[in-house]
Amino acid sequence: MGLIGPATSCDPRSTPPNRNKPHMLIHEQSRPGRRAAAQAPLYSAEVSDIPVSARRVAPLVLPEVSELQAVRHYTRLSQKNFSIDTHFYPLGSCTMKYNPRACNTLAMLPGFLARHPAAPDSHGQGLLACLFELQEMLKEVTGMHAVSLAPSAGAQGEFAGVAMIRAYHRARNDGARTEILVPDAAHGTNPASAVMCGFVAREIPTGPNGDVDIAALREAVGPQTAGIMLTNPSTVGVFDRNIQEIAGIVHAAGGLLYYDGANLNAILGKVRPGDMGFDVIHMNLHKTFSTPHGGGGPGAGPVGVSKRLEPFLPVPLVVQDGDDYRWVSEHERPQSIGRLTAFGGNMGILLRAYVYARMLGREGMKRVSEFSTLNANYLMARLKAAGFDAAYPQRRASHEFIITMKRETKELGVNAMDFAKRLLDYGFHAPTTYFPLLVPECLLIEPTETETKEELDDFVAALVAIREEARTNPELVKGAPHTMPVRRLDDVRAARQLDLAWRSTANCT
Amino acid sequence: MPFVPHTDEDVAAMLGAIGVATIDDLFDEIPRELRIGELAAIPAGMAEMDITRLMQARARADGQPLCFIGAGAYDHHIPAAVWQIASRGEFYSAYTPYQAEASQGTLQLLYEFQSMMTALTALDVSNASLYDGASALAEAVLMAVRANRKTKSHRVLVPRALHPAYRRVLRGIVESQGIEVIEAPFDRQGGQTPVAALDALVGDGGFAAIVINQPNFFGVIEDVDVLTDWAHAQGALAIAVVNPIALALLKAPGEWGAAGPERGADIACGEAQPLGMPLSSGGPYAGFLCCKKDLMRQMPGRIVGRTLDLEGKPGFTLTLQAREQHIRRGKATSNICTNQGLLVTAATIHLALLGTAGLERVAAACHANTRRLAALLCEIPGVEPRFDRPMFHEQVLRLPAPTADLLHALAAHGVLGGFDLGPDYPELDPALLVCATELRTEEEMQRYVTTLARVIAARTQAKCPVEPKI
Repeated sequence: MGLIGPATSCDPRSTPPNRNKPHMLIHEQSRPGRRAAAQAPLYSAEVSDIPVSARRVAPLVLPEVSELQAVRHYTRLSQKNFSIDTHFYPLGSCTMKYNPRACNTLAMLPGFLARHPAAPDSHGQGLLACLFELQEMLKEVTGMHAVSLAPSAGAQGEFAGVAMIRAYHRARNDGARTEILVPDAAHGTNPASAVMCGFVAREIPTGPNGDVDIAALREAVGPQTAGIMLTNPSTVGVFDRNIQEIAGIVHAAGGLLYYDGANLNAILGKVRPGDMGFDVIHMNLHKTFSTPHGGGGPGAGPVGVSKRLEPFLPVPLVVQDGDDYRWVSEHERPQSIGRLTAFGGNMGILLRAYVYARMLGREGMKRVSEFSTLNANYLMARLKAAGFDAAYPQRRASHEFIITMKRETKELGVNAMDFAKRLLDYGFHAPTTYFPLLVPECLLIEPTETETKEELDDFVAALVAIREEARTNPELVKGAPHTMPVRRLDDVRAARQLDLAWRSTANCT
Repeated sequence: MPFVPHTDEDVAAMLGAIGVATIDDLFDEIPRELRIGELAAIPAGMAEMDITRLMQARARADGQPLCFIGAGAYDHHIPAAVWQIASRGEFYSAYTPYQAEASQGTLQLLYEFQSMMTALTALDVSNASLYDGASALAEAVLMAVRANRKTKSHRVLVPRALHPAYRRVLRGIVESQGIEVIEAPFDRQGGQTPVAALDALVGDGGFAAIVINQPNFFGVIEDVDVLTDWAHAQGALAIAVVNPIALALLKAPGEWGAAGPERGADIACGEAQPLGMPLSSGGPYAGFLCCKKDLMRQMPGRIVGRTLDLEGKPGFTLTLQAREQHIRRGKATSNICTNQGLLVTAATIHLALLGTAGLERVAAACHANTRRLAALLCEIPGVEPRFDRPMFHEQVLRLPAPTADLLHALAAHGVLGGFDLGPDYPELDPALLVCATELRTEEEMQRYVTTLARVIAARTQAKCPVEPKI
């Protein structure tokens, strides 16, 4: 293999021979009769009162392994992951910043973990105090009138937000509003959420400078418009300068404005969605408030609303009555869109966000947007200077920005995905690739405020080195990654020859 | 500055490279009138030691009462290894495995989870989780309505003996898509959902799906074979709502109904909380969703597949992504993106540690403990079983006094006595749903019984509705 860049642990010559050998499934390590005996009750209770007709017939085949085997297996699996703790992870639109350990430790105090969701409020004043204060802080930092912490993730927050828009129009007997406007750069969740709420999603184009095409918006609005879903700064990494005009156009048509909080990190403490004219927003606490991404969740997606939407907020809500806090449920909120999960939300994640918000405080919140924006603009400036093409070079970056590999793809035959995969060999998680869809061969890069200048400089050096490899040895880049536990995977085979679960006999086909 | 590493020299060099004088200049595209000053209502920042003190005091304030509540969330033992491993930074601080080659740990684990869930449910395909049991049921219903081309109905039949919060969540999510939720009554003597009562509900439209809950919310064992066959006879899909722990002993959804090509529930879903997730006031938990293979293209959420890399070595990747919002946008099977990955990590490690025999022991111990608790409580005059049918791991008791009053008095003594059914089922009032998991000892159960007996006795003597002194 040719040039491998700076001498780092990703040099395959330094990789121990067994590190990348295929890793057996836990099921394949199972032996009948072997188990982690200390984990279960020491006796088998008698259950003869359960009718035979209701009993399990087919034998249950779960792995039978020792405690050490399980611990070693999952510890070794963890080592096959890139993560924030181990690697720079500039995944655009995902805000992969440091997750402070205190948030985890304090949310996992026994008093919080042991509390049953149906325990009375009298046995939950500590939790409720945290949640109430979190609600209040989120109201202040977003400029919204009221907040519900109920949604479990961003997409559920979107569902709740659009459901409130629907409930609002219905309460006014305005049944003609059947369309939700969504910019073409929006996250896929936006149109999907609109459809889940029974609306038609109508796309609005983005103008050449990255802002919403105002003329197209004027054409699109009308008595059928229920609302518009916007991310600002948008997914192309710029702040829409016409936001007040957009709000005016949509409101004048009788529609409401929905703010997708995916990019709230960029403006925290600087500008507030409520002041921009938004009627309803969701926040991704696993992005802006640094709760863990966990390999794909759990998230938390609280929603905030203006005064006119308050009656429709999802339950439960936390209120303060004198010195006490209590839950408010659907009985007291007849117009609520209702309950999104059985027990009211991802409490453990909300506690982590609370701890993070208290540690930041009002000054720390401003620093989040300031330094995430500084890091993004610095990285964009360095990459531009190194000869890469920014998608919107004339604009300021928000907390993220896009470079397009269109030129490299054409001239060198090495595309954005090849760059992304080769970055893994250099010890960097790849940026978001091929999103947003309107920019060809794009990498959406979000460094976050918690990365050092040295890390950003190393990332620039890696991209420059990969481009040089693409010139001298393109096959090296096109065949990347070379140092991961597996080489590039066959996605087509995965979808055609489906193997979705281990079976003791044959696989699902 | 907490969590921001920049030195003054860094900032100066970075601003120089960008070509601006101050950080504030980077916000110059934002209309000036929109910028805000101080966030007055947000307190100043706290050091880790100070927030630790505050959180410890608050966690202590919530106490750790003796818990006999189940009702959809269960206090099980969680092996120490589960969260020690799940909290490793490599799992905790990774994201959705978009870059498969750099996420083989998470991907293989999800594949193992899918394998364990399909084994438990005896169905073909599992996804990689949804938010919780109730939202998983809503997704199962949406999936069934899309998939059922036989009846083309937009009506689903749901037992009244299904968790009230599940029914509320279901209505809230599916009714906006024009789906009608019809409730099937339960038998007042037995607590089960009698199939004889269902025929009258069919009407002209038929049903897209029937929801079958095993055990049901009252802990009563339903006649799942008869209900599944009835569903299939109507051309409806059968959706199982099941407790994964119970599946160690109870018939798996894939085995429900008479033998034949249609055998088994078509979809199974439920709450994975009993598999290694702390009670944590209701979340984060994880929903699971499994189905027969002919329905898998209607499945929402992430699915991991095993494939080969370009050297022919096995590896794992997200697959069937054409169902998902980031590809299909408005035409996706669901809007779900982030799900409950870390909880699935815990559940997978939990199941690997327990194995088949361990899970059976946990299920049996919970069942035996609840049976024992109910028997002890029924020695108190006026306390008796509400239903006469076989139960699993949870039981409804009739009480001699208003449930809320008794629970309130018990809580004052550090005992959470169960779930008050009155508000959701006025027809059963006063009734209490109790559960004693494998964690409850004989001594703890005796303490509950003694305390309840004293509370009831004190009320009877006082003969007044005010709270008795004991």
